[in-house]
Amino acid sequence: MRRLPLLALLCLPFAAAAADPAEIPLTIRNHRFEPAEVRIPAGQKVRLVVHNQDGTPEEFESHELNREKVIPGGAKASIFIGPLQAGKYPFFGEFNEATARGVVIAE
Amino acid sequence: MLGAAIIVFRESLEAALLIGIIAAAARTLPGRNRWLSAGVAAGVMGALIVAALAGRIADMADGMGQEMLNACILGLAVSMLAWHNIWMARHAREMVAGARAIVRDVADGRRELSAIMVLVAMAVLREGSETALFLYSLASEGESAGQVLAGGALGLAAGAGVGFAMYAGLLRVPVRRFFGVTAALVLLLAAGMAGQMARFLIQGDILPPLANPLWDTSAWLSANSPAGTLLHVLAGYDPRPSAMQALFYLGTVAAIALGMFLARAPARSATPA
Ligand SMILES: [Cu+2]
Repeated sequence: MRRLPLLALLCLPFAAAAADPAEIPLTIRNHRFEPAEVRIPAGQKVRLVVHNQDGTPEEFESHELNREKVIPGGAKASIFIGPLQAGKYPFFGEFNEATARGVVIAE
Repeated sequence: MLGAAIIVFRESLEAALLIGIIAAAARTLPGRNRWLSAGVAAGVMGALIVAALAGRIADMADGMGQEMLNACILGLAVSMLAWHNIWMARHAREMVAGARAIVRDVADGRRELSAIMVLVAMAVLREGSETALFLYSLASEGESAGQVLAGGALGLAAGAGVGFAMYAGLLRVPVRRFFGVTAALVLLLAAGMAGQMARFLIQGDILPPLANPLWDTSAWLSANSPAGTLLHVLAGYDPRPSAMQALFYLGTVAAIALGMFLARAPARSATPA
């Protein structure tokens, strides 16, 4: 049970001290991502700011980016990604997989 | 309806497997079923509350509330699994030996069972809150509530079925090796959860990924394939882990294994790590 203090520490919302990474806006509308192609510089951490303009929640998910996050209807959410090697990283909305698809291109 | 069934199956699978393994690992403890059900009930309640508060949770901690919540839930679950395994390492032998120690085990078992309740509740809470949100979104899309509920029930039944198969399969393991097998499964589950916890802390920019990815086996065994999914659920398989995830994974394996070793060894050192 020595882990508990450590755990409490991890749970503290301490802000990252590093310089603010670039913000990349992304919109969900009618269960589609706009833009569906997001270009970011390789080797850099960026902050995806996803604005869900639908009334229903969506889950941003990507196996390639190793990310998953539920974004409630009408809400904005931040997802940090990278630094990434150059390449294509598909993502999708788990709750509307048929239409909500996109890709991050690191170059 | 099929969509609801598939997603609910996917989300409930993880919780169902965990409950199956825990139910098997705790099979000698009296009153097990009552504590398991209490854990499931508490988890469902918590999931509904989290789903209802989703918007506010997401806004907490500078937009990173969800990552913090997930990381905390996973961290608590990992501690409970660790506790379970270490406690079992000390008591498994007496239990196998039989009735001799039963009176004492009843007294000790109660404490262990409350840990199991918390653990089950955490697993159901995490998987359940996502599921509730998803079903809500389907229903508000115009799919009829009946269809959504029918699909959800189907998926839940399938998930529970797999969990029960896990449980039934484990019960057929000979008693002599039973505790070893379930302990290994619980250890891998805990390590996988610790890895996921690291992933959420990285996603929330609270921890650095260090090397990312440390390796890439997605071409060999993708996370989408049935085998990849099973390995992910059972052992935390991740085709592209970051170095930080691997550290959390290996650190948890090492910490729990050490705890089990010290608990099993005769009480030579009075202060276990
Ligand atoms: Cu999920």
